Amino acid sequence: MKFKKLNLVLILLITILVFFALYLGMKKQNLYTTDHIVNKKMPNLISTELFTGEETNLSELVAKEKFTILNIWASWCAPCRSEHKHLITLSSNNNSKIVGLNYKDKIENAKSFISELGNPYDHILLDKKGFISIDIGAYGVPETYVIDNTNNKIIKKYLGPIDEFILEEIINILNS
Amino acid sequence: MKKIFTLITFSFLLLILINNSVLADNKISKVDSISKNLRCLICQGQSVYDSQSEFAISVKDLIKKKIEEGNSDNDIYEYLKNKYGDWIMYEPELDKKTLLLWILPLILFVFGGLLIFKKAFINYNKNV
Repeated sequence: MKFKKLNLVLILLITILVFFALYLGMKKQNLYTTDHIVNKKMPNLISTELFTGEETNLSELVAKEKFTILNIWASWCAPCRSEHKHLITLSSNNNSKIVGLNYKDKIENAKSFISELGNPYDHILLDKKGFISIDIGAYGVPETYVIDNTNNKIIKKYLGPIDEFILEEIINILNS
Repeated sequence: MKKIFTLITFSFLLLILINNSVLADNKISKVDSISKNLRCLICQGQSVYDSQSEFAISVKDLIKKKIEEGNSDNDIYEYLKNKYGDWIMYEPELDKKTLLLWILPLILFVFGGLLIFKKAFINYNKNV
């Protein structure tokens, strides 16, 4: 009788534990988010400039401005075309510099993309093998980072193309 | 004499060739084993090893480069976890958040074992 009671309590406890574990699992969001990147230091990027072919250091390029917008793009990426007009809008903001990171692209294609759609970038760096993108925690195109140059921290990261809402949010950050 | 010299040269070259091919195989299998434990972030449901996306190809190339630079498996996992968070790992590590996940099967196993043992013990006593 004593054993039966003990069994019952144990079964009840384990059932509660299983349900608790399942409940926690259900609550956990099973999607990749960029939260862990926010407030992280931006690694120093050294790469070749698209037009000049010179080895360039990102931190030297943007030292004077309050913010940097780093946009990862490629000529073969369709959403990059759709966000391009918003980058052109952002390029008129005086508080920031826009740096493009051209991702695994052919140089001639990248150049013709820019000559066709206009150049919103102050500088364009090349990421031929995709290693620079990995170093900054990116995994595709397009992705956009807003970096605070005063402390070199990433304050916002956007996955996918910039739309009207994101544009407004970025402008608010730049004017803050 | 000439024959011996040719033989030695040939053996030496063969040894280098075999050695290089074994090293290359080891490197490839190491890249494979690491990339199998990494989640492809743009093609969910696939590992970096299985995926042919640009991201997965870059990660595999980077793993190969890091191995060549002398990094251990753990160094590579830590580097990628630092860049993408724990989400990139297929096998979650034992920490506060995953403790229940790791110990629950153990508890169930021990409890189930005890129940079976007890049942068998009672049956045995009855038969005796």
